[in-house]
Amino acid sequence: MSAFITVALIVLVFIIIYQIAKASEYTSIIRGEEKVKAQTNRTIAILLVLVFILGMYGIWVCHNYLVDKLLPVSASVQGDAYDSMFNATLVVTGIVFFATQLVLFYFAFRYQSTEKRTSFFFAHSNKLEILWTTVPAIAMASLVAIGLRNWLNLTSEPPKDAQRIEIVGKQFNWIVRYPGKDGELGKRDFRKIDDANNILGLDWTDKHNMDDIIAQNGELHLVVGKPVQLLIGSRDVIHDVGLAHFRMKMDAVPGIVTTMWFTPKYTTTEMKKITGNSNFVYEISCDQMCGKGHYSMRGTIVVQTPEEYNAWMATQQPYYAGNNPSGAADSSATPAAKTPAAKDSTKATVTMR
Amino acid sequence: MSQEIIIQGPNVEFSQGAEAAHHDHEHHEQHFIWKYIFSQDHKVISKQFLITGMIWAIIGALFSVFFRLQLGFPDSTFPIMEKFLGEWAKGGKLSPEFYYALVTMHGTILVFFVLTAGLSGTFSNLLIPLQIGARDMASPFMNMLSYWFFFIASVFMFVSLFVQTGPASGGWTTYPPLSALKEASLGSGTGMDLWLISMALFVVSSLLGGLNYISTVLNMRTKGMTMTRMPLTIWAFFFTAVLGVLSFPVLFSGLVLLIFDRNFGTSFYLSEIFIGGKALPHIGGSAILYQHLFWFLGHPEVYIIMLPGMGMASEVLATNSRKPIFGYFAMIISLVGITLLAFLVWAHHMFVTGMSPFLGSIFVLLTLLIAVPSAVKVFNWLTTMWKGNLRFTPAMLFAMGFVSMFISGGLTGIFLGNSALDIHLHDTYFVIAHFHIVMGVSAFFGMFAGIYHWFPKLYGRFMNNTLGYIHFFITFVGAYLIFWPMHYEGIAGMPRRYYDYSAWESFKQFQSLNGFISIVAIVVFFTQLLFVMNFFLSIFRGRKLTNKNPWGSTTLEWTTPIHPGHGNWPGEIPEVHRWPYDFKDDGHGKDFIPQTVPLREGEEAH
Ligand code: HEM
Ligand SMILES: [Cu+2]
Ligand SMILES: [Cu+2]
Repeated sequence: MSAFITVALIVLVFIIIYQIAKASEYTSIIRGEEKVKAQTNRTIAILLVLVFILGMYGIWVCHNYLVDKLLPVSASVQGDAYDSMFNATLVVTGIVFFATQLVLFYFAFRYQSTEKRTSFFFAHSNKLEILWTTVPAIAMASLVAIGLRNWLNLTSEPPKDAQRIEIVGKQFNWIVRYPGKDGELGKRDFRKIDDANNILGLDWTDKHNMDDIIAQNGELHLVVGKPVQLLIGSRDVIHDVGLAHFRMKMDAVPGIVTTMWFTPKYTTTEMKKITGNSNFVYEISCDQMCGKGHYSMRGTIVVQTPEEYNAWMATQQPYYAGNNPSGAADSSATPAAKTPAAKDSTKATVTMR
Repeated sequence: MSQEIIIQGPNVEFSQGAEAAHHDHEHHEQHFIWKYIFSQDHKVISKQFLITGMIWAIIGALFSVFFRLQLGFPDSTFPIMEKFLGEWAKGGKLSPEFYYALVTMHGTILVFFVLTAGLSGTFSNLLIPLQIGARDMASPFMNMLSYWFFFIASVFMFVSLFVQTGPASGGWTTYPPLSALKEASLGSGTGMDLWLISMALFVVSSLLGGLNYISTVLNMRTKGMTMTRMPLTIWAFFFTAVLGVLSFPVLFSGLVLLIFDRNFGTSFYLSEIFIGGKALPHIGGSAILYQHLFWFLGHPEVYIIMLPGMGMASEVLATNSRKPIFGYFAMIISLVGITLLAFLVWAHHMFVTGMSPFLGSIFVLLTLLIAVPSAVKVFNWLTTMWKGNLRFTPAMLFAMGFVSMFISGGLTGIFLGNSALDIHLHDTYFVIAHFHIVMGVSAFFGMFAGIYHWFPKLYGRFMNNTLGYIHFFITFVGAYLIFWPMHYEGIAGMPRRYYDYSAWESFKQFQSLNGFISIVAIVVFFTQLLFVMNFFLSIFRGRKLTNKNPWGSTTLEWTTPIHPGHGNWPGEIPEVHRWPYDFKDDGHGKDFIPQTVPLREGEEAH
């Protein structure tokens, strides 16, 4: 019933607005159309100027209100390069934005139609065209240059001492695997996956798997100042490891292993101080639509000092020990197609198979 | 020489041109069905596209109101939603599944059904024959089929809204494996099948339309209408059609492979998947392949949406500045540049898919290159207004709004096109803000400019100006209020396509901002309804035209009678003697010279 009343009310308001608008059309005919037209034109020109001024003021207000929430504190070495490039681009585009919008609204006001004015027949000018082809081209070239330099850094080989950790997405959480004492991630095969006792499908015939540690709570532990390379995979659909504070993002695609590397700069504890937020936590957001639980596919990262990390690591148990799989001793198991990069990806480039 | 064309209807068959008088006579004997429903008249087909597009636009926008309510007020319930959506919004709160279904349908509907079919279908159909001086399209029959394929596609999409498992819900890009596996999501069931069928039919419609536009522009121009005397609208529609004809087939192939993967056990896109408690047999496919196929259409598609608006804005700006468009040739060349480059940048949507970084670099370069012709267009529009004599009709305001929005959205593209910046911004609200401003709002503004400007040609009446002004100012301000703050959210890393942010320490800070955005979105939605009301009431009650050239335009469509019949000109098709932008003193106190007026003695052609 209330819905019906609301609808009726809206319709009524619409009809009233329409009638008023219609009436203004009639009165304009009575009062002399040309005169009314000229008047309207002037009013609109003034309105446009108002919109521009209020708009610029609005941008200022909005910016002041949100500026702290803009780029969150960069927590990786790579993030610093990101931020300076971002700011450079912001300055370039900002200048163009204000200049062109100003010109647009200024012309609108300045050249509004009046009885006296006649337009100036000015159809082309090659000089101008060349000017505004080359200037943007040069600006773009410089932005591309900065961009490609950063891009090549981001996608370069990680340093030799980089920690290598696997992170695998599934609907709707993240699973993290550490290589354990031997420093090697063992092979895995999606056909060996069993949600009860082999969540990543580790191949128990591979010795390297015996000491691998798996965290199912989506918590990733990193060491501050130590480069880390993530080997990213997916069990089902495409997900994406989004790390806003580290300015990093990479899809998790079933069937292939993607990678990214970065160097965390601040421990979680330090970030709590820097941000003044005692609840601060590094979050891993799934950034690729992956189904109904996409929005809740949350992981966290704990960046620790080496001592803290080692202490934490000492409390972890290898996955094998905890799940004592029945088929472990069965060495006659056919060697199935492996997910290759889990073990072989000493190559650190972003691989696509 | 005027062109001879054959117009065929199921119960009329006559040739016209030389025998136009004869034609007039027969015209009146067409049955209602052939005249208004299965019509082959480009003007009627244009209205069919427009009105179907408007209906879809209302549905698509209404969906956005529903999901904005969820985003803005995740803790509240809205019983009215339950009335509309039934069990998908039990207790007045959207379920996550249906939230995603609404987002998906919103995107699909607005991108394809409204801004592709509704925009290009309406104005290419209306203006191509009228502005080049043709009696109709090269193939009126194919033209009719184009609409009816669109109609059937619409029916399938509409039906998919009512299936039990809901419509497709994997986003308008429908990436597999999510969209390929029924186990992955409810929307990947029957809803997805219907989505695929509908889109396949849509591609057919687009191709039929596009081929027709191209051949009409190339072959059916009246005497004297050389290519370089065509209005920029025609150039824009022409390149729009070229883009569509070359890229839609690639989408089609992508969709067909997806249909195969879904139904016939192939593994084009699927590999090493464990879902629903079991490992699937698929090995060796590539989920990324689909993205390449999709974006090979997807990027040209955004320009398919954009170019008609560019053409119409050019036309409206020039006419209402009473000044020639500045840099006519530069405008054409930049259209060519955009069209070519549009095919070479698709992978900028895939920088973080694990694509080779080297390939990424190439796409960075090509993507930022496309900003150059875009900039040229902007500067030419601005210079067109310089020292003009500006008349602020609603169409003119929307054309100016178009330029404003295009600048804002184009500039954010420069961030996204640089892979080193995209790595943080990809799939955040920054992207949402970027493409809604540059494609959503800007293209809509181009469309509104077109509707207000050519409404008199469509219906022989004017739309109400006052409502037009209200419509413009609220929409313009509202669009910035909605999308400007979204940039900030995106820069903070807030992901798109989230149903609820309250569990996220990094993103819940934007809760009140999201509420604000939702409120503005609702206001803007109702303002659009005001426009719709203005449109439909003006068809019947609008002020009548007394003069067949109400805006003082130079182009041919305004030389037809106020209510042109099938065949457009009652007599001979007029001959063209000059370029379309001669806004100068004609020596008799008028400030424009129509294209049909021969050059005066000693007058230089443009
Ligand atoms: C200066 C020119 C432009 C550049 C450099 C540019 C660049 C980009 C880039 C790199 C992306 C991908 C962002 C991401 O997903 O991370 C993107 C997204 C998008 N752009 Fe643009 N763009 C430009 C102009 C346009 C225009 C004119 C339109 C439409 C008419 C448009 C429509 C879109 C759409 C729809 C998306 C998002 C698609 C999606 O993921 O759902 N862009 N743009
Ligand atoms: Cu996910
Ligand atoms: Cu694109």
